[in-house]
Amino acid sequence: MNLTLKIWRQKNANDKGKMVDYQIGDISGDMSFLEMLDLLNDQLINKGEEPVAFDHDCREGICGMCSLYINGEAHGPDRGVTTCQLHMRMFKDGETIFIEPFRAKAFPVIKDLVVDRSAFDRIQHAGGFISVNTSGNTIDANTIPVNKHDADDAFSAATCIGCGACVASCKNSSAMLYLGAKISQFALLPQGKIEATDRVLNMVKQMDEEGFGNCTNTGACEVECPKGISLENIARLNREYLSATLKG
Amino acid sequence: MSGILNSSIGRKFAMALSAFFLMVFLLQHFTINLLSVISEDTFNNVSHFMGTFWLVQYVLQPVLIFGVIFHFIMGFVLEVRNRNARQISYAKNNGNANSTWMSRNMIWSGLAILAFIGLHFYDFWLPEINTKFIEGDMSGLLPNGEYRYFEELQHKFVDVWRVVLYCIAFVFLALHLLHGFSSAFQSTGANNKYTKGLQGFGKAYAIIIPLGFVFIALFHYFNH
Repeated sequence: MNLTLKIWRQKNANDKGKMVDYQIGDISGDMSFLEMLDLLNDQLINKGEEPVAFDHDCREGICGMCSLYINGEAHGPDRGVTTCQLHMRMFKDGETIFIEPFRAKAFPVIKDLVVDRSAFDRIQHAGGFISVNTSGNTIDANTIPVNKHDADDAFSAATCIGCGACVASCKNSSAMLYLGAKISQFALLPQGKIEATDRVLNMVKQMDEEGFGNCTNTGACEVECPKGISLENIARLNREYLSATLKG
Repeated sequence: MSGILNSSIGRKFAMALSAFFLMVFLLQHFTINLLSVISEDTFNNVSHFMGTFWLVQYVLQPVLIFGVIFHFIMGFVLEVRNRNARQISYAKNNGNANSTWMSRNMIWSGLAILAFIGLHFYDFWLPEINTKFIEGDMSGLLPNGEYRYFEELQHKFVDVWRVVLYCIAFVFLALHLLHGFSSAFQSTGANNKYTKGLQGFGKAYAIIIPLGFVFIALFHYFNH
């Protein structure tokens, strides 16, 4: 198929940036979206032009590195997939495709389609962990009985890959689905309860300091999340935060 | 605890609490207005009670006004902060693919309701305050000795444009409630096995109450 691509080009963090049009042909429906971009970059390099910078790593939907906003949706029009898992069969011959970086004040553009998502790392560092003695006498986690329902919910929350699609999709650039998942995966398990109060207070404080917006429950994040993280995690985050505030 | 309004979650929790209060008030307001369709005398008696009972006038009314002002100010604060969180917009954004129009435009439906409240205060609340607290007439009576409330209500719905404005405002109220009802529960952390049922109840509430207000306005327009 032949496509027109409208791609955000920005030389560096200080450049103003603009949308640039590219024509590309011979695209197979079996190609992934990133392979299509690889092909475009090959053509640009052959012409002596600067290739389009975009994030990618595992190309298996696990790492959360790919971060494109495609035709107005994070990770494109398919559901439950990251951009690397998006296939070109989702598009029609002759279609114009808008490709933009994830937009949020907390995710500044570094170059072209690459954004700095280290704000997520700083939120994680603020409390997204449990303190475990690892000096040789670590107790096996499986020795602590866990309710099956809680274990399943904790695992579902833990599938968040931190790609930032929730922030990109939210009209408020809110990170609450991400934080809800990170809080839930610990709050539901006995190992996470010990530091629960400090964890949620510190992580919410860090999230607010990073400049993310407030959740207004539009639900866009849940729809666009490649891992299907549920809004229940935001409700749990709210409960954990309010409970911690009352205790603190 | 003191800094709860300085946090994103604290602000949305406060927004939800004020929303719950306003939704309860709306139901009460609708119930009393509906009496005007059923019985003129009952409407007059209840209106006089509400307009003169000290608990309603000096406790609940100030709390209500505070609730309305708080909800709007907090709504604006959240809107400004949220707009600031994305300084460059997308060239193409397909919001309809993942969220409802109502959820994305609460500020606009809210502004329409704010404008309506201005008109509503001008129509009913300011004349009421003037009669009771400036002219000092707490009797609630007309010169002919009958209660004034029903007549004042019908008098306002003579003008077709006022009726149209009221009906338009109630459409915006319905749009606001269609997202706001379930959103308030989510903001307070309520997302469990009852959520589906609550969402259904919320949709019914968001449609029935505004539609009822429209019915009352049209009833008095065609029956004055």
